[in-house]
Amino acid sequence: MIYFDNVSKVYPDGTVALEGVTFSVKQGEFVSIVGHSGAGKTTLIKLLLGEGDCTSGSVSFDSVDIQKVKMKDMPNLRRRIGVIFQDFRLLSNKTAYENVAFAMEVAGKTDEEIASDVPHVLELVDLSKKMWNFPRQLSGGELQRVAIARAIVNHPDLIIADEPTGNLDPINTYEIVQILKKINDLGTTVILTTHNKGVVEALGKRVITMDHGRVTRDDSTGKYAL
Amino acid sequence: MLWITIKRIIKAGFVSFWRNGSVSLSAVFVMVIALFMIGSTLLLTAFLGTALRDLQDKIDINIYLSITAPENSIFDLKSRIEALPEVKAVTYISREQALETFRVRHENDHRIIQALDEVGTNPLTAVLTVKAKEPAQYEGIAKFLENKSSLAPDSLSIVSKVNYNDNKVAIERLSRIMAGVKKLGGIITVVLIGISILITFNTIRLAIFIARDEISVMRLVGGSNEYIRGPFVVEGMIYGLVSGLLTVILFYPITYWLKATTEGFYGGIDLLHYFVANFIQIFFIIMLSGIALGAVSSYLAVRKYLSTR
Repeated sequence: MIYFDNVSKVYPDGTVALEGVTFSVKQGEFVSIVGHSGAGKTTLIKLLLGEGDCTSGSVSFDSVDIQKVKMKDMPNLRRRIGVIFQDFRLLSNKTAYENVAFAMEVAGKTDEEIASDVPHVLELVDLSKKMWNFPRQLSGGELQRVAIARAIVNHPDLIIADEPTGNLDPINTYEIVQILKKINDLGTTVILTTHNKGVVEALGKRVITMDHGRVTRDDSTGKYAL
Repeated sequence: MLWITIKRIIKAGFVSFWRNGSVSLSAVFVMVIALFMIGSTLLLTAFLGTALRDLQDKIDINIYLSITAPENSIFDLKSRIEALPEVKAVTYISREQALETFRVRHENDHRIIQALDEVGTNPLTAVLTVKAKEPAQYEGIAKFLENKSSLAPDSLSIVSKVNYNDNKVAIERLSRIMAGVKKLGGIITVVLIGISILITFNTIRLAIFIARDEISVMRLVGGSNEYIRGPFVVEGMIYGLVSGLLTVILFYPITYWLKATTEGFYGGIDLLHYFVANFIQIFFIIMLSGIALGAVSSYLAVRKYLSTR
């Protein structure tokens, strides 16, 4: 489903972010990418989302070379990928409901679909009672759950979670990981980047370890090996 | 689908305007100032135009006719002058009318009225007042009147004096001032409107700069450029709409105050009258400039954040 073929990325200032990265991810897999800060995890994800191009090699998603996707077709590609970030990235002037609804609106869903799906998905992440709260009225764990609800509401083929537990306490971290696991159990491919040893070990799924822009290990039921 | 998208964009624009209260308020304030500048330049230019036309109307050439001139010769001369293409109107004031006007004008001055009574006969001459279409044309008309061959000999004999040369300096100066004012007014209008556009554009750019992170989030969630841009353009149009309304409302007390305080000279600068008389026109100009300014500024400001992939 996802294929990184000998990908290198050098920033204009000469920093090498990725060097000869090659790996693939199959449909329905749960892959954790671990590594120190600056190992290239975030760059990897940016390339997958089409935010910037790689210097050499290619990144493909469902046999489509992401670098060759035209600007006007980019939104369509992004609607097939749900993203979750460490800093949540919710729209601050929209309520939890509206944040989730926005993802459906841009995908061209009807008002009826939105009215039935949004409360349902917020219930899945246990936020029914705070549906009409603004982000500033929610805690870190709740914000991340809104972000997850937004990421899954359009039934994407792939969920990318970039350090989703970085700002959360252990209890919230556990809950978020359980939700991601549940999403994966239902068949959605998940790519998770993290620093958190406990998370990786508890998952017991495939782990790709990165260091200085290279893939140093790729274990099918890996452990956190840093 | 298109209709649903348009409906969502408009709604999002309104909601965003309302929820970003402080940003909207400051944008509206700045736009009121910009629109006020545009409005007052237009109002002043238009006022100057009418004031100059009034002034222009006061210029004329008087042809004083000899006391003995028979009326039919006078009418003959009048129609001959009226036939000139530069002439707008020729008014005939008979000796009796001239006397009447003179008496009315000096009714409080006993000595003049007494002197007039003592003369016994009417000492005033009949006058033909000539108005040109343009102030610059008086010179030509005066030359024609002075040129003896262009008038029939008998007509010439009845003209005792043409006062163009007395007024010449004043008329020439006025023509120059009017041309200057028109040119300067045009330049000032263009410059002020340019400044207003820049101020508005920068304010809206700042408002959208604040929302740049949100724009990137919208893109990540899969929003198309049109769908992201739409609500910002609608919000810009609302800024324009609200500022336009406030500006039009503001004009009433200000023109009223201006009229009251300037009553002293030249009959007062009566912008109020002009404002009220041309209200619909002014209302639409200000509202449309506001809405167009807001929409175009927003469109351009968001474009910056949507230009990459």
